[in-house]
Amino acid sequence: MDQTGRILENVTQGEYKYGFVSDIEAETAPKGLNEETVRFISRKKNEPSWLLEWRLKAYRHWLTMEMPHWQNVSFPPIDYQDAFYYAAPKPKKKLNSMNEVDPELRATFEKLGISLEEQKRLSGVAVDAVLDSVSIATTFRSKLAELGIIFCSFSEAVKEHPDLVKKYLGTVVPYTDNYFAALNSAVFSDGSFCYIPKGVRCPMELSTYFRINTANTGQFERTLLIAEEDAYVSYLEGCTAPMRDENQLHAAVVELVALGNNAHIKYSTVQNWYPGDRNGKGGIYNFVTKRGICIGKRSKISWTQVETGSAITWKYPGCILKGDDSVGEFYSVAVTNNRQQADTGTKMIHIGKNTRSTIISKGISAGHSNNSYRGLVKISAKAEKARNFSQCDSLLMGDQCGAHTFPYLEVKNKSATVEHEATTSKISDDQIFYCKQRGLSGEDAANLIVNGYCKEVFNQLPMEFAVEAQKLLSVTLEGSVG
Amino acid sequence: MILEIKNLKVSIDGKEILKGINLSVNAGEVHAVMGPNGSGKSTLASVLAGKEDYTVTGGSVEFLGKDLLALPPEERAREGLFLAFQYPVEIPGVSTANFLKTALNEIRKHRGMEPLDAMDFLSFMKEKMKLVNIDTELTKRPLNEGFSGGEKKKNEVFQMALLEPRLGVLDETDSGLDIDALRVVAGGVNKLKTKDNAFVVITHYQRLLDYIVPDYVHIMYDGRIIKSGNKDLALELEKKGYDWITKDLKTPA
Repeated sequence: MDQTGRILENVTQGEYKYGFVSDIEAETAPKGLNEETVRFISRKKNEPSWLLEWRLKAYRHWLTMEMPHWQNVSFPPIDYQDAFYYAAPKPKKKLNSMNEVDPELRATFEKLGISLEEQKRLSGVAVDAVLDSVSIATTFRSKLAELGIIFCSFSEAVKEHPDLVKKYLGTVVPYTDNYFAALNSAVFSDGSFCYIPKGVRCPMELSTYFRINTANTGQFERTLLIAEEDAYVSYLEGCTAPMRDENQLHAAVVELVALGNNAHIKYSTVQNWYPGDRNGKGGIYNFVTKRGICIGKRSKISWTQVETGSAITWKYPGCILKGDDSVGEFYSVAVTNNRQQADTGTKMIHIGKNTRSTIISKGISAGHSNNSYRGLVKISAKAEKARNFSQCDSLLMGDQCGAHTFPYLEVKNKSATVEHEATTSKISDDQIFYCKQRGLSGEDAANLIVNGYCKEVFNQLPMEFAVEAQKLLSVTLEGSVG
Repeated sequence: MILEIKNLKVSIDGKEILKGINLSVNAGEVHAVMGPNGSGKSTLASVLAGKEDYTVTGGSVEFLGKDLLALPPEERAREGLFLAFQYPVEIPGVSTANFLKTALNEIRKHRGMEPLDAMDFLSFMKEKMKLVNIDTELTKRPLNEGFSGGEKKKNEVFQMALLEPRLGVLDETDSGLDIDALRVVAGGVNKLKTKDNAFVVITHYQRLLDYIVPDYVHIMYDGRIIKSGNKDLALELEKKGYDWITKDLKTPA
């Protein structure tokens, strides 16, 4: 094995650090999926009948659909009857304040570095913590409410802001959109809801932390973000799960609505679901539909994602650029190691005039993993002078992994400008040797080179998250560099 | 004694490149190693730095009293051996400043010193930048990416200034430089020279030695040092060409 190979070997053998299981008693729906499961979930959450009806329609539609197979990943068929669709930590009693959160639950999030004790938090990040199917706690709510910002769990939003939820639910990702969106619409349990009123710039990062704890549970959360005219919000999402031998399904839906003129939503994800062990046993199937729509003029949606976890990642956060002069951005780092598989990218749908989109995708493959970029840029007939720039880079670590690029371009307007650049590179022995000659260890050298490669994307992340992303990257690639 | 090479023999892919090198370098000295292409000059530099492609088949190298050949490349660097590369690599996305801060702090850690924080590093770096006339802009750019040949070589000397090695090995740092860049590079080396450190300057041409005056000149040919002397040897070589040395060797002994 060459030098780089050995270093790669070292760097990619890091252990998953979030694999613990918390001893929290859970209340689950009976195993399996049928109309009764859907009703059970809806009943548990005391939902209004319109929502139950919507879920049932989604479920019936799902039954007519087939699992898609066009993606560049492979896995055995999923038995949808062999999973729980609802798991909630059993409440000891009704919670009145954060102080009454089950200590074990609190400890779980502390262990993950997520503090639910808002008073003690110095950093300005409001957190909504979601364990299995239920939102546990949302911090800083009252402070945000003073500005008219709504930030709460999805279940609460259904109760307290039903008009908003009813008006926008499924408008960006309808339940007919795809197989997993339909499944999510039928059985989604919780998630986050956020509304930024006109002219308000959200003063802190809003953050949701997702955690799967219970075995054999699928996590199906929904996030809905709405930004009015001149509103701005930066939203972060983080995810972890215990190490388990069986695969668990995570099928989330995220809908962003940049409603008013100049509305700006920045959505950042650091995804670190359990990736399975070195031989590919266990791990999360991360099949997620994320989409935003820019309705207002000059409105903007930016997706930034750092995907290091999951056995299989399959997601295409996209933007529908409807408002004139609206802007869509996608910055992605997707890392795969060992037996991980990723098929990820974006969709930029240009409808309005002078709409612009930027795609920066950095794939890193190590071990025996497979990493694909798949992206669609669609310029519709009315999108005068629309512009897109795409850059898709792949970095190979070792010679057992794969990197693929599948760009799709549909241009129906002659005034559009579409640029696509793609590169594939390797960390060279010469680069590693150069760094070593300056005193760096092989592993530090590889981390430095990989971080340099990802810099354009990390620069888009809020500071704290960027640091976390860098650390994650080195843990994920531990054992694969020298 | 900073460096002591005794009867060093090195092969690559079974082919012997160095056939018994002997070289002693004391503190405060500048040694020039000259020789025609293929004589093994760059191999010597690479082997000293610890590049893996080579197999040492005999001899020993002592560096500051330690067995250099037993140390991995990063340890050699931390002990104070610096190689100015003939072809410096590019590292996209990593600024020269960030790279050097990481490197310097690794070396400081090795010496039991506290790491420099960003502010202290910056003022330290500014000092060193003056020494080799490096532009601030250059330190912010990704390491060597899109640098001209001259900028790359200047950057090597700048790194050498900042990392303060006990032994600087310059591998054909002068190749491909115009006269102005050559002056800057040579000037840097002259300013870095102290009574405690030493330099081995590997070069094909004599012209670098117009600016860096060596204490000793060694002529390498076919994997051996065949002639050593003072700076006059370099001038004589310049006048008579390498044939002057080699034709004697080609006649059977």
